[in-house]
Amino acid sequence: MDQTFVARLRILADAAKYDASCASSGAPKRVAGANGLGSTTGGAICHAYTPDGRCISLLKILMTNYCLYDCAYCINRRSSNVRRARFTVEEVVKLTVAFYKRNCIEGLFLSSGIVRSADHTMEQMMLVARRLRHEENFAGYIHLKAIPEASPWLIEQAGLWADRLSINLELAAERSLERLAPEKNGGSIRAAMGQMHERIAQAQEEKRHFAPAGQSTQMIVGADDATDAAVLGASATLYRAYALKRVYYSAFSPIPEASRALPVKPPPLQRENRLYQADWLLRCYGFTVEEIAAGGEGGMLDLEIDPKLAWALKHRDRFPVDVNRADKEMLLRVPGLGTRAVESILRTRRHRTLRLDDIGRLTSGLKRLLPFLIAADHRPVRLTDRLDLRRRLLQPARQLSLF
Amino acid sequence: MALVHLADGADLAGFRRAIRRLVAAGAAPEDVIWRSGEDGDLFGAGSADFVGTDAADFVDGGEAGPAPPLALPRVVGAAVEAVVCHRDPERYALLHRLIWRVLHGERTVLEARSDPLVHRLAGMQQAIRRDIHKMHAFLRFRRVTAESGERFVAWFEPEHFILEAVADFFADRFPGFAWSILTPVGSLHWDGAALDFGPPGTRGAAMPDDSVETAWRAYYEATFNPARLNPTMMRSEMPKKYWRNLPETQAIPHLIRTAPSRVTAMLEKEAAMPLKRNPDKAVAALPDQAPKSLAELNRIIAASEPLVPGATRAVLGEGPVGAALAFVGEQPGDQEDLQGRPFVGPAGQLLDRAMAEAGIDRTEAYVTNAVKHFKFEQRGKRRIHQKPTAGEVRHYRWWLMRELDFVHPRLVVALGATAVLALAGKALPIARCRGEARLEGRPGFITVHPSYLLRLPDEDARHAAYAAFLDDLRHVRAILERRPAS
Ligand code: SF4
Repeated sequence: MDQTFVARLRILADAAKYDASCASSGAPKRVAGANGLGSTTGGAICHAYTPDGRCISLLKILMTNYCLYDCAYCINRRSSNVRRARFTVEEVVKLTVAFYKRNCIEGLFLSSGIVRSADHTMEQMMLVARRLRHEENFAGYIHLKAIPEASPWLIEQAGLWADRLSINLELAAERSLERLAPEKNGGSIRAAMGQMHERIAQAQEEKRHFAPAGQSTQMIVGADDATDAAVLGASATLYRAYALKRVYYSAFSPIPEASRALPVKPPPLQRENRLYQADWLLRCYGFTVEEIAAGGEGGMLDLEIDPKLAWALKHRDRFPVDVNRADKEMLLRVPGLGTRAVESILRTRRHRTLRLDDIGRLTSGLKRLLPFLIAADHRPVRLTDRLDLRRRLLQPARQLSLF
Repeated sequence: MALVHLADGADLAGFRRAIRRLVAAGAAPEDVIWRSGEDGDLFGAGSADFVGTDAADFVDGGEAGPAPPLALPRVVGAAVEAVVCHRDPERYALLHRLIWRVLHGERTVLEARSDPLVHRLAGMQQAIRRDIHKMHAFLRFRRVTAESGERFVAWFEPEHFILEAVADFFADRFPGFAWSILTPVGSLHWDGAALDFGPPGTRGAAMPDDSVETAWRAYYEATFNPARLNPTMMRSEMPKKYWRNLPETQAIPHLIRTAPSRVTAMLEKEAAMPLKRNPDKAVAALPDQAPKSLAELNRIIAASEPLVPGATRAVLGEGPVGAALAFVGEQPGDQEDLQGRPFVGPAGQLLDRAMAEAGIDRTEAYVTNAVKHFKFEQRGKRRIHQKPTAGEVRHYRWWLMRELDFVHPRLVVALGATAVLALAGKALPIARCRGEARLEGRPGFITVHPSYLLRLPDEDARHAAYAAFLDDLRHVRAILERRPAS
């Protein structure tokens, strides 16, 4: 591959790295035909990790980082001084196939700055996906970032080839969007999400292929003054109204030559982490946004401890919980017990009475759950009432961070 | 005391044969020593009552003949399949203990996750799953050019004996070209049709130059965000033992070292003046994306993929732009699909006849369909037309509306329920709404589809229906004459 191509690849990968969606999960299991290439396994396969601890599952690039828009939080905005580059449809297809054949990636995540028109941009992305499927017989994963202002028919064509479509909401509050992304419009973003949701549901009913891995979105955290509760509230609405598969949170990251409209200091990365944990509680543990928010202060999550522990510490009257008797809902609320551990407990419970060493074999969070759980040979004596419980639970984390 | 000697690696077949025989003989786990090829000569065979140098000798030899197969719960079978892949020299003995307990009153022992044996086996299974997962993830092919064309080779050092366990994954994923996976304990080869296991390979044999690696390394470096440095996290997911066979990991030390200075440089650069770009011009260019003419729209339609695959081509509308009258049907049929023109099949011919009788000149009218692609079910040689779903109608609606905007007829005739759904945006009963109607702001007229007339079974009904249809068309003509062009 020649030098200039690699140089453009660097620019267009660098420009795409701020998008948090990278997973290749959710597509139906699929294998390539005799002359094809690729498969999807249902789960995500991360082929590498970069030193920022994030995984590489997909080739995540932009078609171009030229953009007509001027979103303040984005390095590709038209007023930014970055170097620009573009790929042709052909080049993206070739690159995806080349990396895939070497088993470097699970597929492609393609996004783009908006050039010429929304339709033109969307069409380029759609054509990449179509060529991969048609001409390369590519059965790997394809995720396209839809342009909400593009004509509906183009987004729909894209859905024929992509496994997942996403539209980034970026900012939960309409007024932040107005201030920081003047050309974007919350209304058209939501309308496009609604349209997509309808098409996906229909295709499922009619057993047609249309973005079978559903749609997702991303919100940038820390670029405006939205609280965690507001962000999670927006997510809960998106999950409910448009059946989104995932909401990704991206802590606003310093970018070269940031716009003056932005906060000088980026938010702590821990905030993003807490939001993901809270998102899990929302989707898999039966928590409501209000309950999660109640674990923190003033609509912000506790940065020192995870939201489940935060909730438990504020609801000590609900603990300790008897591991041999409590129902599933309450077990799921015990800090240190994940969904898997709870499943194991429920299964094992049918055969024997659980003691501490039993639980130790079912979860790695034993230390953390001691104050909250009653077992056959363990009863936390007023531990839950201790004033310094929070500090005691924090300690191990502090020690860990010394290494 | 019995000594069982199994082959190198994951000898599932050998273990199965042996365990059948042992169970048939009532041998308890504590009376058996398991040994596999890679163990070397750790145990002397001194006190053994019977010894086999090979599983087959030991198990099937002698007068006993082959032992009957064992009926084990499925989860136990799955555990056996996984655990034999583990490197632990005790793996066969542990499995024997598990099976012994299952057969002696503890059928559901695997459900007691906290049982020490179950816990240990679960840990081994997890280790195997992880090893397999990492091999799926961290194996890298390199391209070599052989005389026979492209070939890809990979070198991987799995922790356990998982080569056979991953074979299907790679065969499913890379069916279209030849490849080889070399490991220190065996190799796997695919020639485009069949899998073949071979002897161990060497690392050097999988190290050709591959120029794509340069691009891959560039991608890896560029996708790293120095502002989020977190090497601990990276190492926990991608342990160092895998690094030496991953081309991209060479970049890691440099990336970590330079990250802080890159971030500082980034933050300092903040004060730079943004490039001047004229926003008005750029933004003014934006909305300019809708097709500007019917021809342009038709190009888009023709280039689009059918929602349901199968159609030969998109069948576009026909007739003059500015026609006073537009007819909208359902979707192209077999004939229309082959000829690429609307209303040329039997229903179209019937429509022609009725139009002529009603005094409407087809060449002056615009004729089109709500859905632009033929959808069918193949039955023998025949392609049987299938009604479009509501979702498909909605998908094509955007085009139909643009199309009618360009033609701008004074009256749109909806032929049948699908056309009504497309034009009105909702389903309406034809029988009740037949006649003049507003169709989302357009002056319209609702009637039946001519194919409905063809489908009526009895002659009298057909005649009556045709007469009613003709009446409708005469009515349409009268409306046009009453309402002169503005
Ligand atoms: S539209 Fe906004 S967020 Fe997207 S590339 Fe352009 S400037 Fe960046």
